[in-house]
Amino acid sequence: MTLHAITVLGHDRPGIIADATARLAGLGLNLEDSSMTLLRGHFAMTLVCSGTADDAAIATALAPLGEDGTLTVSVREVPTEQPATSDGSPWVLTVHGGDRTGIVSSVVGQVAGAGGNITDLTTRLAGDLYLLLAELDLPGGTDVEALQASISQVAADLGVVATLRPAEADDL
Amino acid sequence: MTDDRVTAWSEDELAVAGRVLAVVRAPDPVLATAGADVDPTSPETVQLAADLVATMRVSPGCVGLAAPQVGVGARVFCVDVSQHPKARTHHGTFVLCNAEVVESSRNEKAREGCMSVPDLTGDVKRASRLVVRGQLPGTGETVTVTTDAFEARALQHEIDHCSGLLFLDRVAGAHAVYARTTYL
Repeated sequence: MTLHAITVLGHDRPGIIADATARLAGLGLNLEDSSMTLLRGHFAMTLVCSGTADDAAIATALAPLGEDGTLTVSVREVPTEQPATSDGSPWVLTVHGGDRTGIVSSVVGQVAGAGGNITDLTTRLAGDLYLLLAELDLPGGTDVEALQASISQVAADLGVVATLRPAEADDL
Repeated sequence: MTDDRVTAWSEDELAVAGRVLAVVRAPDPVLATAGADVDPTSPETVQLAADLVATMRVSPGCVGLAAPQVGVGARVFCVDVSQHPKARTHHGTFVLCNAEVVESSRNEKAREGCMSVPDLTGDVKRASRLVVRGQLPGTGETVTVTTDAFEARALQHEIDHCSGLLFLDRVAGAHAVYARTTYL
């Protein structure tokens, strides 16, 4: 059993996922985690699947997807990662404001500087409005107030608003 | 004043010792199956009610437990949010049989976890004002619970379990489910 990361990028149309997953099922591959969205209208999908087929066989099976030149497919074997349990805490970072270069790098630079790990990220540009949403884990012992202050400072310098709030779930 | 009756209720009324049961996890089919109506006065229901409370008590952070979560396809659940910081109105520990939502309003979104789905959490909209009707185990009295905030959320989560629904069935969107990295 090996694990393979597959990306499919390009022009969106109905049926891409149905087509791609049927070809993977035909190889006996099991879809594990996947994520797909539209990025400025472009189809963008990443799949991690397991099975006995090798990269070359998977690439061959998916090749018809890219035949008309509008989709790019990549296949790469990846190691099994153990998702680390941490003593950290989950947070949601929201940033919005007028679009300009450097918003993401400046704000997430503060997160990285505090040892925070981003686990999910979405950014959207809608007209002049720029929006960043990130899920992140902060290590135990992080001075959250200091991080919030430094994020607010870089956000103010960029003319945007940033909010870092706890994302802890309530167990029911 | 049936809210007062619910607040006054405790598992001592059941007069049987609760047993700690194993909590089942998705994808166990019992969690995806609507529970059967129960006779709240039957000895089986009384024992189940005591078992649910006992199992809730020994589970860290647990504020509610429904029969399907202990492998029993029945419309019975317990809750106790009295120690939870997000609770406003609460009725202490109680068990309801055959409960249903009578009125609900003011939806609010919050992130939920569940002992039966230990590795995921998800954002779910639930009413924050709620009226629920059900029966107390043992006496079988019909009671109406009027509540809000966290107890309202807990009641809806447990009633969903009794209908074969998980929070996963109600998440707010394709990117509203998260892998859990910290555990109680």
